[in-house]
Parts: sequence; C-alpha cells; structure tokens
Amino acid sequence: MLKDFFSKKKKYASIPREEAKQDVPEGLMQKCQGCQKIFYRKEMAKNLNVCPECGHHHQMSAYDRIESLLDYGSFIEWDKHLLSNNPLAFPDYEKKLEKDIEKTGINEAVVTGKGKVNGLDTAIAVMDSRFRMGSMGSVVGEKVARAIENARIESMPIIIFTASGGARMQEGALSLMQMSKTSVAIQRLHNAGGLFISVMTNPTTGGVSASFASLGDYNFAEPGALIGFAGRRIIEQTIREKLPEDFQTAEFQLKHGQIDKVIPRHDMKRILTTILDIHQ
Amino acid sequence: MKQVLEFEKPIIELREKIDELKKITVDSDFDLSKEINTLEQRLEKLEGDIYGNLKPWDRVQIARHTDRPTTLDYIENLFTDFIEFHGDRLFGDDESIVSGIAKYEGQPITVIGHQRGKNTKENIRRNFGSPHPEGYRKALRHMKQANKFNRPIVTFIDTKGAYPGKAAEERGQSEAIARNLMEMAGFNVPMISIVIGEGGSGGALALGVSDHIHMLENSTYSVISPEGAAALLWKDSKQAQKAAESLKITSYDLKELKVIDEIIPEPRGGAHRDVLLQSQFMDKVLKESLKQLNEIKTEELLEKRWEKYKQIGDINEPSSL
Repeated sequence: MLKDFFSKKKKYASIPREEAKQDVPEGLMQKCQGCQKIFYRKEMAKNLNVCPECGHHHQMSAYDRIESLLDYGSFIEWDKHLLSNNPLAFPDYEKKLEKDIEKTGINEAVVTGKGKVNGLDTAIAVMDSRFRMGSMGSVVGEKVARAIENARIESMPIIIFTASGGARMQEGALSLMQMSKTSVAIQRLHNAGGLFISVMTNPTTGGVSASFASLGDYNFAEPGALIGFAGRRIIEQTIREKLPEDFQTAEFQLKHGQIDKVIPRHDMKRILTTILDIHQ
Repeated sequence: MKQVLEFEKPIIELREKIDELKKITVDSDFDLSKEINTLEQRLEKLEGDIYGNLKPWDRVQIARHTDRPTTLDYIENLFTDFIEFHGDRLFGDDESIVSGIAKYEGQPITVIGHQRGKNTKENIRRNFGSPHPEGYRKALRHMKQANKFNRPIVTFIDTKGAYPGKAAEERGQSEAIARNLMEMAGFNVPMISIVIGEGGSGGALALGVSDHIHMLENSTYSVISPEGAAALLWKDSKQAQKAAESLKITSYDLKELKVIDEIIPEPRGGAHRDVLLQSQFMDKVLKESLKQLNEIKTEELLEKRWEKYKQIGDINEPSSL
C-alpha cells in the first residue's frame, strides 16, 4: 500500500506541445494510392514514385520526369517565361493560375526543351497535372506547338509525356483551337519525316487525348494510366450503365488496339533509347 | 406545334392579340384598324428590340431550335448533283455525319456535315448528330478522296459533341478526332467550314480544321456546353445561362477572339424562319470564300493554314528573359 505512493505510473496521458507536433515534417510519409500502404516519401521518390509494393504509378512532376530520363545536365528549357492571360475575363481564373504557380513552381502545365537520352538528342515536352489538372490553354498549346516546330527545324525527334484533363475551360474556344494548333504542327513534323513518340501518363483525357497525344508514330502509356475522350461519369449518365473497373485504363486501350505498348516507368528510359537509336 | 423560345414570348403574345383584333374586325362591324395599326407598330419595335439584343443564352436556344435547318437542308439549297456516300470501310456507317460529292457553281466539291434529326425517330437514327469514331473516319475517307481528285471540301458543323459512349471509347474516339485534325492540316485543297448550329468541342472541331471558318450569326462554338461548364464550376447545371456568357461562345465572341473569319447573318428570329433566305446569305459568303481560296497556290495554302492556327491564342510573353 505504501508502495503506491512511490509508484512511477503516470496517471495522465501526456499531450505533446503544439511546437513538438510541428517537429514532424509535413509529408514525411506517403500512402500508396494503389495498395494503401504507407511508405517514406523519400523511398517512393527514389523508386520514381512507383509503389515498391504493388507497382502503382503515382503522379510525377515535370522536372522529376525530365531528370529521370535525360542525361545529367543535358536539358535546355524552352519558353519557360510564357504566362497565361485571361482572354475571356473568366471569373477567378487569374487567382487559380497564381495559386498553381506558387504550388508547383512552374509557370504553366507543360515544360518543354531539349536534351539527351543516353547520348541521343531529342526534344521533349512534359505535362504536369498538378498545374490546373494539366489542362491545355493558349500557353500549353503554344509551348507544345513551338517544341514540335523546333524539333522539325532542328531535325530532332520529339517525345511528349501527356498528363491532362483536357482543354482548359477558362479560355473557351481558344483552348479548343490549341487542339488544332498542335495537330497542325504534328502534321508538319510527320510530313518532314520527323519522329514523334507519345507517352500518355495518368490522366490523358479530353482535348489532349483527342489531339497530339494520339498522333505519335508510337503511342505508349504508363501502367494504369487513365486514357480516354469522355469522362466516366458522363458516359455512365449517357448510356445508363455501370462501366467496368478497367474502363479507359492503359491496359484497356492496349486491349482495344488504341496504343502500341504499356511501358512501366522503370523501363521507360531503356525503351525510349532503343527507339531513338533505331531511328538514328 | 412550333417550339416557342422563352425570350420570344412577349412577341408571340402581342402577335396573338393583333390576330384576335383582326378576327373581331372581320366578325363584327367594329373598325379596329387604328388599334391594329398601333399594335403592329409596337410589334415591329418589340421584335427589333428583342432580336436586336439577343443574349448568348438566347442564341444557344436558337442554335438548338428543333426547326433549325440542318446540313442536308443547306446542301439541297446551295449545291447541285449531290450524291451521298456511306461507310468508313472499317466498322460501319455513322448516320450522324453525311458526306458526299456535289457541284457548287459548277465546280466539283466534297461536302461533309454533322446531321441532326428533325424528329425523334430521325434523331435516334442519327444519334442526335453526335458521331462515333466511324463517323469521323467516314469523313476522313471522303476528305482523302477529295484531296486525290483535287476537289475543295466544304463542311457543316452542327453537333453537341462527339458521342460519349462506351463503344465510342473502345473504338478510339480520341484517335479518330485527333487523326482528322492532323490530316485536315495537310490536304492540298481549299477547305471551308461553316458552323450552322452548335459547335460542340472536339466533336465539332474534327470537321473544322479549315482555311476559312464561318459561323451563322446565332450558332455557337464552344470547348464545353454551358450546362457542362456550369456543372463543373458551380456544381449546378442550372447556371448554364451564366456559363454561356462567361464562355464566350457566340459568333460575335469568336470573331473577336480571331477564331473565325466571317459571321453569316441570319433572318430575323433565326435561320429556321426562312431557310431559303438563310441559304442565300450563306451562298454569298461561300462564293467569296471559295473564290479567294481557289486562287491560292497549294504551297501557300498550306503555309497559310499553319499561320492561321499558329496565331490563335492569347499568351503573355515577357520580352526580357
């Protein structure tokens, strides 16, 4: 009984101070969107944002993608300074753009330039779905079209990684016309005998899927990527039936003959190198 | 029963009143000609006020009017010797697109357009003018043929959009649209597109990469339907009216955005009021357009087409890096 007075047992749970809570860095851990398991963010990043457990391919920023593919120090960026206007004076559009510039550190939803893949020259455009869902407005269309033109003029292949929800609503018909602009540029490239490799990543839908993304000499996709024209919800409402789980995935598109190959991220550089080499 | 549009109701009511008074004049001995005259003047002014100040949403209603003339109406009025051809040679025949050869002012042309139905039965057959991939591939097949035989291509655009269906996705809706955009860029023949009703997004554009793009005054051309935009932006498709204004989808907007070349006027109240007059207005623009393009050499034509699309867009390019 007397012993109880000297017990070290705590009677209250200790609550960490506010400052102590903040000592744990934000986003140290990351939950896999495929298997729901928790991983160190660093570990995931080291594995190219592919889940070490289930192989789920997570979103990748444009610069991370470029770093994962191009030879170190070989990348020269084009048109980095281009910014979007608000041509329709669309409500809240500027605010949304500013927020995304701050969030992503890039000026628009695509990064373009040139570099080397295992010593082979190529132009490259990489879309970034963190910026306005990767949607295509005037600037995205312009940067992609310029990159294609540069590739044609410099007799260089071009690889485009798409990640886009489609045309950007806030620029109305101007966005729609970027589908034409980029497609006309692709036509000129093909006409000149240029090589265009399209790699569709999650997601590639709407106006981007229905323009340059589908116009490669080779159309590839990353595993599990959502690829399609119309959105699942709209289709379900239109046809009044539930769509299969794998509808509009990369594997679904492969099965229906719409793409050449599904390429896991870890094989990407090797396969692109082989294709670039064969077209030397 | 004629479809009455919301904004036209005051006109209809006044016209009914006038008709009533006229009937009374005939049935009895009262002389109401003075009153009738006043009311008719008022009607004239009211019509001028309403039709002269159409809001974007009013134009959307006109563009969707069930009686609005379709591709086949204009083909009949503008061209001679039209023969329709079918099928994409790969899968089937998509009747939401009509396509064939004809003569315009004696010159052989290929004509292609979205085709809506005028009643439920025809609409089902034509899938309400919303094509599947085979429709776009049929169009492409005929455009290639036009290119081979050096015939100018005239397209009529009139669709809510490419059909959002399971089968359409399985057969490559995206690829079919994309391919048309790309191939149209490279044809050596003059290409003219006229938006006659709704120009719905990629499904409209797939017939619309042309040297000249014209729009009927009350037609619309948009990246997304006003209802779709409203649902995305404000989670409420009833805000479509507001979205129609924000999206800038009228012929006047697109002219200002330098997306289209000419606005083709419509008879007062819309094309459905007088198809023949409408066709005459179109004839005038089409004739001038084709004349201009016929005179341009192939190489220059292709270069100009690229220049045309290259300049579309609004970007902020700071001059100092």
